[in-house]
Amino acid sequence: MKYLLVLMFSILAFACSQHEKTSAKNLTPDTGNGGITLPDGFSALVVADELGRGRHIAVNENGDIYVSLREQNENKGIACLRDTTGDGRADIVEYTGEHTGTGIKLHKGHLYFGADTAVVRYPLQAGELRPGNNWEMIARGFPQERQHEAKPMEFDGQGNMYVTVGAPANACMEQMRTKGSPGMDPCPLLEYAGGIWKFKDDVLNQDQMTDGVRYATGIRHAVANSWNKQVNELYVVQHGRDQLHQFFPEMYDTKESAELPAEEFFLVTEGADFGWPYCYYDQFQEKKVLAPEYGGDREIQERCENKMDPIMAFPAHIGPNDLLFYTGDLFPEKYRNGAFIAFHGSWNRAPEPQSGYFVVFVPFDGAYPSGTWEIFADGFAGTDTVNSTRDAEYRPCGLAQGPDGSLYVVDSNKGKIWRIIYSS
Amino acid sequence: MKINGILFLLLVFLLSACGGRNQSSQQQTETQIQTPGGTEKPASMANHPGKKVYDSVCLACHMADGSGVPGMHPPLIETDWVTGDKERLIEITLNGMSGKIEVNGETYNSIMPPHSHLSDRQIADVLTYIRQSFGNNASEITVEEVQKVRNK
Repeated sequence: MKYLLVLMFSILAFACSQHEKTSAKNLTPDTGNGGITLPDGFSALVVADELGRGRHIAVNENGDIYVSLREQNENKGIACLRDTTGDGRADIVEYTGEHTGTGIKLHKGHLYFGADTAVVRYPLQAGELRPGNNWEMIARGFPQERQHEAKPMEFDGQGNMYVTVGAPANACMEQMRTKGSPGMDPCPLLEYAGGIWKFKDDVLNQDQMTDGVRYATGIRHAVANSWNKQVNELYVVQHGRDQLHQFFPEMYDTKESAELPAEEFFLVTEGADFGWPYCYYDQFQEKKVLAPEYGGDREIQERCENKMDPIMAFPAHIGPNDLLFYTGDLFPEKYRNGAFIAFHGSWNRAPEPQSGYFVVFVPFDGAYPSGTWEIFADGFAGTDTVNSTRDAEYRPCGLAQGPDGSLYVVDSNKGKIWRIIYSS
Repeated sequence: MKINGILFLLLVFLLSACGGRNQSSQQQTETQIQTPGGTEKPASMANHPGKKVYDSVCLACHMADGSGVPGMHPPLIETDWVTGDKERLIEITLNGMSGKIEVNGETYNSIMPPHSHLSDRQIADVLTYIRQSFGNNASEITVEEVQKVRNK
C-alpha cells in the first residue's frame, strides 16, 4: 500500500512536470510553418490561435506563456497558455486579469502588466498557470492618452524598471493633426510624455511625476524596448512621425511621405534626447533634420544637430512593436546577442502600398549592430501586396524567447502564436 | 483605288484594334482600383468631386477603400456612422471626435481632428462621396445641410 502511494505520487509528479519538458528537439513543426517564411534550417509551429487582440508575450522558465490583450477576451486581459503534452501546442488556454494593455513581463515572481495608464503586477502562484487576482499597483499617474497609450516596461536587473510614455501626438502641433497648425515650442507634452521614465521595480504606488525619473526624452513612442544584458544598456525602436504629405503637400509628395522619416533604433543612455517633435531622421540624407512644423525645409538641421542619432534606421512607418536580444543557444552562432524586431506593419503609407508585417534580425557586436538588418520571418500578412492595413491577415506584434531558445511571435489581429525553432 | 480601299480597311481595323486594347487596359486599371470587397461603381465615383477631398484629407487614415486601420481608425464601410444620421456625420467632420466608439463590433478609442477648415462645399462633396462609395449607398449631403450644422 505504501509503495502504491509512492508510485502514484511519482506518476503524478512526473505528469505535472511534463509541461516543463517541451524542448525544441522533440517538436514537429507545422507543414508550411503556420503560414510564415523563415531562413533555411528554421521552422515554426502554431502554439495557439484566436486568443484575441494579442500585444506582447512572455514565456516562463517552465514554458507557460502569457499574452497581453488590447481588448478583453472573456472579460479578461491576459491569455495564459500551457502545453501539457510536450508537442509545443498549448492545450490549456485560460484568461485572467482585469487590465488590458501591452507590456507584459515576468519579473521577481510576478507578472508585470502595462495597462495603458498604469503598471501593475499579478503574483505568480507556485504550480499554477494562472497568476493570482490580487494585483498590486507599481506605477501610476500616466496621462490618459488615446494614441500611443501602450505602456511597455523593461527591467535592468539592478532594481529599476523603465516605462515608455508615448507622446499623444504626431508632431506636437497646437491643434492635433490639423493641417496648418504650427508645432508648439517648447513642446509641453515632453514634461510628461514622449520619453522613458525610470521607476523602482518593486516599490508599490509610485507616481510618474513625483517618483518616476525621466530617463530619456524626445522619443515619440517606442513600443519595442529591451535591456541588453551584454552591455547593460536600454534599447528601444521608435515609431516615427506620420503625415508629412498631408500637412505639407507643397514640400513632400505622397511617395516621399510614405518613405520618410525612418523608424529609428535607439541606444537609450540616461539623459539622452532623440529630438521628437522638433526633428526627424532622414535615412536618405543620413541626418536628423528640423521638422516642417518647426520651420524645417527638409534639409536644415539647426537644433537637431545636437540630438542623438539612431544606431540604425529602418524604412518609414513600418511600426516596430517589439525588440528582443537573443541570448539562447538553439539558433546558430550568428544570432547570439543580436536583435529581433517585430514590425507590426504600416498604415501611414497610403496611397502607396503598405509595408512591414515581418520580423527582422539585426546582428550585434557589443553595443552596436555589426551588419545590416535582414528580414527573418515574413509572410504574416498572407498576401504579397497590402494596400489597406486591414488586408493583412496577421500582424506580428510581440516577441519572447523560450527557456530552450525558441523564438515566440504573437499576432495582434487574431492572437496567433508561432514558435520558431532551429534544427541543423 | 482598290489599294486605297484595302489600306482604308486596314487602317480602320488597326484603329479599332488599338481602341480595343485601350479599352481593355482601361478596364484592367479599373479592376485594379476596385477594392477586394468593392461592390461600388468605380466609374461613377472615380470622378466625383468628393474623391479629391477624400484622397487629400481622409485617405491617410481611413485608407483608399474606406476600410480604416484595425484598432486605430474606424472603417467607413457598412456602418451607420457614415450611412445613418447626416447631422451627426457633418458634426464629426466639422468638430472632430474622441472617446470610445464601436464600429462593426470593434472598439475604437482614438482621436479624429476637426476639419472645420474645409469649405461647406468640400464637406458636402466628401461626405456624399463616402456615403456612396465602398459599397455604401446612402443619400447625398448638400451644402445647405453642412451650412446648417456649422451655423448651429
